Amino acid sequence: MTVLDFINRLLGREKPSGTMARQRLQLVLAHDRSDLNPELLDQMRREILEVVQRYVEIDIESCDVSLETEDRVTALLANLPIKRTREFPLPIGSAISSGSGSGPAALALDRGARTGTNAEQLAAAGAETSALAGPSASRVPGTTEPGDPPSGIQP
Amino acid sequence: MGKTTLTANLGIALARLGKTVAVLDADFGLRNLDLLLGLENRIIYTAQEVLATTCRLDQALVKHKQQPNLALLPAGNPRMLEWLTPEDMQTITGLLAERSDYVLIDAPAGIEQGFKNAAAAAREAIVITTPEVSAVRDADRVIGLLATMDVKPVQLVLNRVRPKMMANQEMLSVDDVTDILALPLLGLVQEDERVIVSTNRGEPLTLEDNPSPAGQAYLNIASRLCGEEIPLIDPSKKRHGLRARLINKLRKTTGLF
Ligand SMILES: Nc1ncnc2c1ncn2[C@@H]1O[C@H](COP(=O)(O)OP(=O)(O)O)[C@@H](O)[C@H]1O
Ligand SMILES: [Mg+2]
Repeated sequence: MTVLDFINRLLGREKPSGTMARQRLQLVLAHDRSDLNPELLDQMRREILEVVQRYVEIDIESCDVSLETEDRVTALLANLPIKRTREFPLPIGSAISSGSGSGPAALALDRGARTGTNAEQLAAAGAETSALAGPSASRVPGTTEPGDPPSGIQP
Repeated sequence: MGKTTLTANLGIALARLGKTVAVLDADFGLRNLDLLLGLENRIIYTAQEVLATTCRLDQALVKHKQQPNLALLPAGNPRMLEWLTPEDMQTITGLLAERSDYVLIDAPAGIEQGFKNAAAAAREAIVITTPEVSAVRDADRVIGLLATMDVKPVQLVLNRVRPKMMANQEMLSVDDVTDILALPLLGLVQEDERVIVSTNRGEPLTLEDNPSPAGQAYLNIASRLCGEEIPLIDPSKKRHGLRARLINKLRKTTGLF
């Protein structure tokens, strides 16, 4: 470690590279292991949010739907902070005008945008008002072929 | 990375523990096990002739001079890759298993057919990797493949560990790798210049009576395979002396370095 590295570390400007290595690996392995094509994953995220939004108003900005992996089990984890519940569910396919005006399609849910928090941290962060799908709830089967048309997962 | 070095050292170490060992070079493309064991000049026949039944197994096996409990079945011509089947590998391994306590198969890198052939003949596996992102990712692929082939148990050896870099968190830690790969740890081998010297000479480190850190690590792996309980010490957490203890304390309280 150089003196400059050390000072940066001391000032909290820089994470040790070992920590970065761990986080990057966890993310890439979650994807490697699930064998899900990123496009389909993205579409699935959008559809999940659409369904949830019919029942509750969620805080779009802080929503997070991602793959996590622990003990070689890959899980789809959704952390969706709830603003308020709807008295009646919206009809299927209804346009959703959430607070910020941006539709679910505009969500920043790229795999790169995440920092690789683990399941416990996610659970703790959203403990009060979140819809949380834990590892037991939704194991992702790696059955999609990369060439499948998007219609493959439509209801 | 470090498969062939592990196979050679583990073979010698098990032989020293009184086991009969056969080592099989299944890396037909890039055969090296003969060189690392210092047996390259004594090869007459190979696995190829054994399979073709143009020679008997004991004619092809090359016994180690200092450790006659260990015998090498050399890899044949690289073109063997074109016709060798998983069943062929099972045949050879079966023959070797009849006459040995342990059969160690030195697998080729990657997850192609050569690796699958080697895995098809294995009952259990040792995955060896270095604590680097690319190597760990590759190891994860291999572990996934082994699971589909029903090879188990699979144990992990972490190679080329640099205690100082690990202590500085400039490298994946031992816990990071075992957590991520979710495998039991069989051994920790430090980065050690003596490995290169021993390769130059064709004399595995485990032949020595007072082996270097890596040599001792290979001996420990052999003992653990034989059921002995030898504690695994994470070298990045092991520090001696007052100064080191002070540094450790500072590290713990500040979590900075
Ligand atoms: N613990 C170690 N310390 C230093 N060098 C090592 C160590 N393990 C392996 N090496 C070196 O790494 C290179 C690859 O090792 P090898 O056993 O041939 O790997 P593989 O069979 O997986 O390709 C060799 O040059 C070897 O000397
Ligand atoms: Mg090799």
